[in-house]
Amino acid sequence: MNRIGVFVCHCGTNIASTVDVKAVAEALSHERGVVISQDYQYMCSESGQNLVKNAIKEHNLTGVVICSCSPRMHENTFRKACSEAGLNPYLVEIANIREQCSWIHKDITTATEKAVILGRTAIAKVTLNTPLTSMESPVVKRALVIGGGIAGIQSALDIAEAGFEVDIVEKEPTIGGKMAQIDKTFPTLDCAACILTPKMVEASQNENINIYSFSEVSDVKGFVGNFTVKIKRKARYVDETKCTGCGLCTEKCPMKKVPNEFNAGLDNRTAIYIPFAQAVPKIATIDPNYCMMLKNGKCGVCSKVCTAGAVDYKQKDEFIEKKYGAIVVATGYNPISPEKFDEYAYSQCPDVVTSLELERLMNAAGPNGGTLLRPSDKKHPEKIVFIQCVGSRCDDDRGKPYCSKICCMYTAKHAMLIREKYPDTEVYVFYIDVRTPGKNFDEFYRRAVEQYNVHYIKGMVGKVTPKANGKIEVQGSDMLADEQLRIDADLVVLAMAIEPDKSARPLATMLTTQMDTNDFFTEAHPKLRPVESATAGIFLSGVCQGPKDIPETVAQASAAAAKAIGLLCKNSITCNPCVAHSDELMCNGCSACEKVCPYGAITYENKEFRMPDRTVAVRRVASVNPAVCQGCGACTVACPSGAMDLNGFSNSQIMAEVDAICK
Amino acid sequence: MQVNDSKNFEPVIAAFCCNWCSYAGADLSGTNRLSYPTNVKIIRVPCSCRVNPMFILRAFQRGADGVIICGCHPGDCHYTSGNYFTRRRITLLYSMLDFLGIERNRTRLEWVSAAEGAKFASVMEQFTEDVRKLGPNRRLEDLRCRKK
Repeated sequence: MNRIGVFVCHCGTNIASTVDVKAVAEALSHERGVVISQDYQYMCSESGQNLVKNAIKEHNLTGVVICSCSPRMHENTFRKACSEAGLNPYLVEIANIREQCSWIHKDITTATEKAVILGRTAIAKVTLNTPLTSMESPVVKRALVIGGGIAGIQSALDIAEAGFEVDIVEKEPTIGGKMAQIDKTFPTLDCAACILTPKMVEASQNENINIYSFSEVSDVKGFVGNFTVKIKRKARYVDETKCTGCGLCTEKCPMKKVPNEFNAGLDNRTAIYIPFAQAVPKIATIDPNYCMMLKNGKCGVCSKVCTAGAVDYKQKDEFIEKKYGAIVVATGYNPISPEKFDEYAYSQCPDVVTSLELERLMNAAGPNGGTLLRPSDKKHPEKIVFIQCVGSRCDDDRGKPYCSKICCMYTAKHAMLIREKYPDTEVYVFYIDVRTPGKNFDEFYRRAVEQYNVHYIKGMVGKVTPKANGKIEVQGSDMLADEQLRIDADLVVLAMAIEPDKSARPLATMLTTQMDTNDFFTEAHPKLRPVESATAGIFLSGVCQGPKDIPETVAQASAAAAKAIGLLCKNSITCNPCVAHSDELMCNGCSACEKVCPYGAITYENKEFRMPDRTVAVRRVASVNPAVCQGCGACTVACPSGAMDLNGFSNSQIMAEVDAICK
Repeated sequence: MQVNDSKNFEPVIAAFCCNWCSYAGADLSGTNRLSYPTNVKIIRVPCSCRVNPMFILRAFQRGADGVIICGCHPGDCHYTSGNYFTRRRITLLYSMLDFLGIERNRTRLEWVSAAEGAKFASVMEQFTEDVRKLGPNRRLEDLRCRKK
C-alpha cells in the first residue's frame, strides 16, 4: 500500500503568482495513495525540508512528490532530506512546476491545471519507484597524463606534489612538447628553455612521476576511478635502462641525412638520435625508417661504439596495462601544413618559412646557432615580411574557422626580437586584426610598433613570388591607406593556424569524450566546468581543449590537476544507481543490448536455470556491470523480449507518466 | 478540463526530453520566461534513446494528440551515440505510423541543446499549432481509455 506525501512549493511568488498552489495541493490530495498534501513558502529551506522529514516520520511515507523547481536544481537537496528522515532517496520525485509551468505561463487557470497534471504524473511515477542503493566503487590512486608538453608536465607535477602517482605518456622520445622548440616567450621575452627544462628535470626526478616516453595509449577501458589503460611502448631499439645518453652513437652514426623534426626540418640529424641536448629522458632512439642496420642489416656502428651495450636491434613494441583513477588529456597541437596555401609559395621557395621554423632559425640551439640567416643562401635578411592568419579565421576548407589566438603575440615577439638584434632589418607585418587581450599583451604589441618601428599593415597578402635575384616579391594591400603594396622581401614568415594533434580524435573515441567539429575536446560546461570533460574522470589540459598561450595552458593544467586530485583523494565514489538491469528469466541471450551499449557494460554468461519439469537448463543471459553502466537506456529499447529495464526510469514508470499526462 | 470538440480543441501533447540537453533547454526557456502552450507536458528521460516507440504508441492510445521527442544534437549525446539510435528508431516508427494511418506531423523528433531555450519554446509553439491543425487523434485512441 502506497503512502505518498505531496509537497507544493510557493517558491516565494515565483510559483505562487501564476499557479494556485493551494488548489494544486488540494487537487493532488485526492489522488490514490496520497496521505498528505501540503504547500509551503520555500520547500528547499531548512524549515521546508523539516516539513518533509516530519511528514515522512509521522505518516510513514513510502514516496514523496515535491512540486517545485527543476529537478536539476534541487533533486539532490530533497533526496538528501528524505534519506535523513529514513526514506530511500530514490523514492522522491520532483514535479517541475516552476521552469516548466509557472515561469512560462501567464494564465492562472491553465497554469494551475497543468501543475496538477504534472503533480499527478509525478505521483504516478513515484508509486512505481523502488528503493535504490548507490554502489560504491573504489578509486585507484594513480593518474595518467596523456601528453608530455608543458600542459602535461604541469598537471603531472601538481598531481605528484599532492602525493599521488602519475604516469606521463608521451609519443615523442622526449617530453617538452612544442614549448621546447620555442626560443623566447612573450610578453616577458624570457627564454623558453630556461623555464621549461628545469620543469622537465623536476618531472623526471620526482619519485611520484613515471615517464613513458616514445609511447602511446592504445586502449582505454573502465570508468571514473578505475580506468584500465593499455600503453604501447614503441620500440626505440635502445635499452632505456642501459643508455646513459652520452651521445657517442649519434656522433658515429653514418646515416646523417635525416630531416631533424626538432629543428622543423631545417637541418639534419642522424638515424640514431637524441632530439635535443636537454631531452628528458636523455636516451637515444633509432629511427627505423633510416637506420641501415634495421633496413638492410648492414652497419651496426652504434652498437659497436656503445660502451653501455644499450643498442638492441631486436627490440619489439611492448604493451603494458595499468590502472588509473583519473586521466588528464594534454595532447596539444600542431601548426597546420602551409602546402595548401599556394599563393604564399612555401613549397617553391626555402625563404618562405613558418613561424615555428623562424623560431628554430633564431634559437641559439637551432641550426644557425642563433644567428638569423636565410635558409637558402645563409645571408642575413634585410627585409622580412610577416603574414598573419594563414589558415586562421579562414572560411574555406584549407584552413580553420577559429582564431589561433597565439599568432598576433608571437609575431610581435619575433618582430621585436629581430629589430632588437638587427636594427638595420626592416620588418613588415600584414594583419587582419591585431588581437592582444591578456596581461601586458597590448603594451607589448604597442612597444613593437612604437619603440621598435615594426611596420604593421592592415591588409592581406595576395601573392608571394620568388624572383630570380633571390628576392621574394610580396604583393599585398594596405586597407587603411587604400593602396596596393609590392615589397621585395628577403624572408617571408607565415603565421600558420594551429590545430589539435592528430592523435586526439582516436584518443577521444577511446576515452568516450566529446570533441567539437575542429577536433578540440569539449569541456563539460564552457563556463563552469572548463577543465573537465563530460565523461567523468577525464580532465582537459592545454591546447587540446582550445587554442591558448603558455600562461593559460599552465593555468588550465594546474586546474585540471586540482580536479584530478579532488577525485584521487576519495577512497571511493558513489555510482549512479539508475542503471540497467536484466531479468534473467526473460532474457533470450540475443545480444541486441550488448551491441547498442556505448560503454561495453553488458556481458553474457551461461547460467543454470531450473525448469518447471525439474530439469536444469543452461541458458546464455545478459548481465549488466552496474559500475560501468551509465544509465542511458539504449539497451532497454533494443531488447526484444523486454528483459532489460532501467532503474529509476523503468518501462512501467514511464508508461505510468504517459498515462497520467494523457488522462 | 480540455474539451475535445473541433471548435475548442486543445491538443494533449507529451514531450520526451533527454535529461542532459533538451530538459535543460526546457528549463532554460523557463528561466528566460519564454512562453509556450500549456498543452505540452514534459517527461524526463535520461537519454532520447530511452524512448521506446511503445511509449509513443501508448501515448496515442491513451489519447495524446501529439508526441514530441527531444534529444541532444547529433554528435553531442551525453552517452556518445544514444541520439543516433533514437533517430533510426523514429525513422522506422514513422513508416509504421504511416501504415497505421496516423498523420506524420503528430510525431516529431527535434534536437534541442541545453543552450537553446528559445528554440525549445518555438519548437513547442510550432508543434502545438501543427497538432491543433490536425485536430484530435481518433485513429489510435482507445475509446475505453477516454475520460468521461
